[in-house]
Amino acid sequence: MTPTAPRPATEGGPDMIQLLTPEGQRMHRREDQQYADIAAELSDEDLRGMYRDLVLIRRIDAEANALQRQGELGIWVSLLGQEAAQVGCGRALRPQDYAFPTYREHGVAWCRGVDPLNLLGLFRGVNHGGWDPNEKNFHLYTIVIGAQALHATGYAMGVNLDGAVATGDPERDTAVIAFFGDGATSQGDVNESFVFAAVHNAPVVFFCQNNQWAISEPNDRQTRIPLYQRARGFGFPGLRVDGNDVLASYAVSKAMLDRARDGQGPSFIEAFTYRMAAHTTSDDPSKYRVSAEVETWKLRDPILRFKAYLAHEGKADAAYFATIDAEADEMATYVRSGCLSMPDPPGTLMFDHVYAEQHAQLAAQRAEFVAYQAGFEGAH
Amino acid sequence: MATTTIAKALNAGLRRAMEADAKVILCGEDIGKLGGVFRITEGLQKDFGEERVMDSPLAESGIVGTAIGMALRGYRPVVEIQFDGFVYPAFDHIVSQVAKMRSRALGHVQLPMVIRIPVGGGIGAVEHHSESNEAYFAHTAGLRVVAISNPADAYWLIQEAIAADDPVVFYEPKRRYWDKGELDETHRGVPPMSQASVVRTGSDVTVACYGPMVKTCLQAAQAAAEEGTSLEVIDLRSLSPLDLDTVAASVERTGRLVTVHEASGFLGIGAEVAAQVQQRCFYSLEAPVIRVTGYDVPYPPSRIEEDFLPDLDRVLDAVDRSLTY
Ligand SMILES: Cc1ncc(C[n+]2csc(CCOP(=O)(O)OP(=O)(O)O)c2C)c(N)n1
Ligand SMILES: [Mg+2]
Repeated sequence: MTPTAPRPATEGGPDMIQLLTPEGQRMHRREDQQYADIAAELSDEDLRGMYRDLVLIRRIDAEANALQRQGELGIWVSLLGQEAAQVGCGRALRPQDYAFPTYREHGVAWCRGVDPLNLLGLFRGVNHGGWDPNEKNFHLYTIVIGAQALHATGYAMGVNLDGAVATGDPERDTAVIAFFGDGATSQGDVNESFVFAAVHNAPVVFFCQNNQWAISEPNDRQTRIPLYQRARGFGFPGLRVDGNDVLASYAVSKAMLDRARDGQGPSFIEAFTYRMAAHTTSDDPSKYRVSAEVETWKLRDPILRFKAYLAHEGKADAAYFATIDAEADEMATYVRSGCLSMPDPPGTLMFDHVYAEQHAQLAAQRAEFVAYQAGFEGAH
Repeated sequence: MATTTIAKALNAGLRRAMEADAKVILCGEDIGKLGGVFRITEGLQKDFGEERVMDSPLAESGIVGTAIGMALRGYRPVVEIQFDGFVYPAFDHIVSQVAKMRSRALGHVQLPMVIRIPVGGGIGAVEHHSESNEAYFAHTAGLRVVAISNPADAYWLIQEAIAADDPVVFYEPKRRYWDKGELDETHRGVPPMSQASVVRTGSDVTVACYGPMVKTCLQAAQAAAEEGTSLEVIDLRSLSPLDLDTVAASVERTGRLVTVHEASGFLGIGAEVAAQVQQRCFYSLEAPVIRVTGYDVPYPPSRIEEDFLPDLDRVLDAVDRSLTY
């Protein structure tokens, strides 16, 4: 049997779950009805909140990008284009759930309530993350591709051991979610996490944002079948959702998270989306992709689509949109000033927190370092 | 003779190796159209095709594991690890398979592959992009480990590594990629890969270093000379095996040795050099061997990486300490 070739980067195919057209019209595909029902439970206020999330996170991202250009951040990893995938999913999480992000999950971090300034530290180079993951149940950004999929799975195995699934108590039943990209699906770690999750019926959702590119490599360097179809071979459901449709992303995420909380085990969501920006601020996509593809995806902008929907359905008006724009301006100011006033850490930071208790060898080295540095004081 | 950069010299060396031997193939993440994140393979896919310059799936274990298979089939794979901190998924293959295959097969098979790794810090990067992990591989018998520091070595040693029948872990000093130097592509004027070279002669203190630290140590030597201290700087080039003859010969003249590397000191290359030199040159040594290294901590956030990395001042401080004995 010849395997299906992956569809072109602009074509989600008939299996893709969608609730909104790119123009913001509600779709009524019969096969997506169960997801439409979930989305229908969202109040108008919830919907407006999601719009706010989308706009604010895009603004935070743009500001961080600008800060990088001005030398205030060493690098920035833009989520431009992927806001809906992340916000939809992020809003489907409950407080007790736990998220394991890559380095691009700013939208999920936002939904978890992580202060955007926390995200900047790593990129500014003042720390390696540094926030307390347990405060918002949002793990540190993981740069080593795919590693966090195993961590999420192990965490979910712990949830099982704790009996924190299928109790019927919505405050207790817990799901874990692992984020990763299309490129990451090639890593052994990710595939092993699928095996462990399946074998242990772990309450973990694998949320793959297929943004069509792994730096310069298109999907066909990683797979010859659509990614969501891989899940089946591991023994759990795989779904493809329109990642630029916040309602669909929310509904599908909620369904799969509920499933995990309910003790039915792992699942895989492929959010079909697009990386509108360069891979990072260090990247030059003109070397490897054509602008026509980017233009096609521009027409599917997740925010414009949702805004059109809200306006059309009378769920939000111009005044509301203006309020959010104003809030975004404030947020940009907050991010900018917070970044600029972020102090450089002392050099001694590198010696701290290496061990539970600093051992004598390292303590001596730290003392040497301090003495050596002190030798320069007064010299300039 | 022309002036070029380490990056361009590597590119030219790879090109020449591919022209010389059709069995030479390149594999790695983003090495095709993009030319690698450091552009070391720029233009090679265009000229040699997608079969010889392969954009690999995003899996380092896969990259090295399949390179083993290709080598068994008679190819000479040259794989690129995108950054030092991303070689670890391939660690198992490198240590358990690549390093041991020849001895397991009692010499019946060999794995002539090169694992290129951009190494070290000082570029203001986020975590995992600035590591110096050469000691892990130097500690592993069966691997040759090379660290280049200049365009001429880049050009000639990459070809020598590819032609070698042993697997070679080939370290490229990423923060020096764009540093310039002289290269004569028509005449090999550099010693064999396994030899150290004295890159500056001197009489008071020997400084042994490699990779990105060679430039730092040469600058230190310049500064020391202005203060009347003469440093002999040795570029080790080969980290496994170590060319201790060259180091010992120098130490026998100077009586003092300072070793310098970015990697943490504990059980590092400097420790090995120090141990061997004190054994070989015990009666010539006038001072203990002093190591200048990164501290024994995880590579720090970039805003304080200058505090971690050995620099000119720390080398000179070590030289001064050596001279107090
Ligand atoms: C183990 C490992 N290898 C290589 C890299 C370098 N790298 C960083 S991002 C990236 C591409 C990731 O692509 P994908 O998984 O699709 O995620 P995206 O960046 O598109 O969100 C690569 C190769 C890394 N961070 N970790
Ligand atoms: Mg991707």
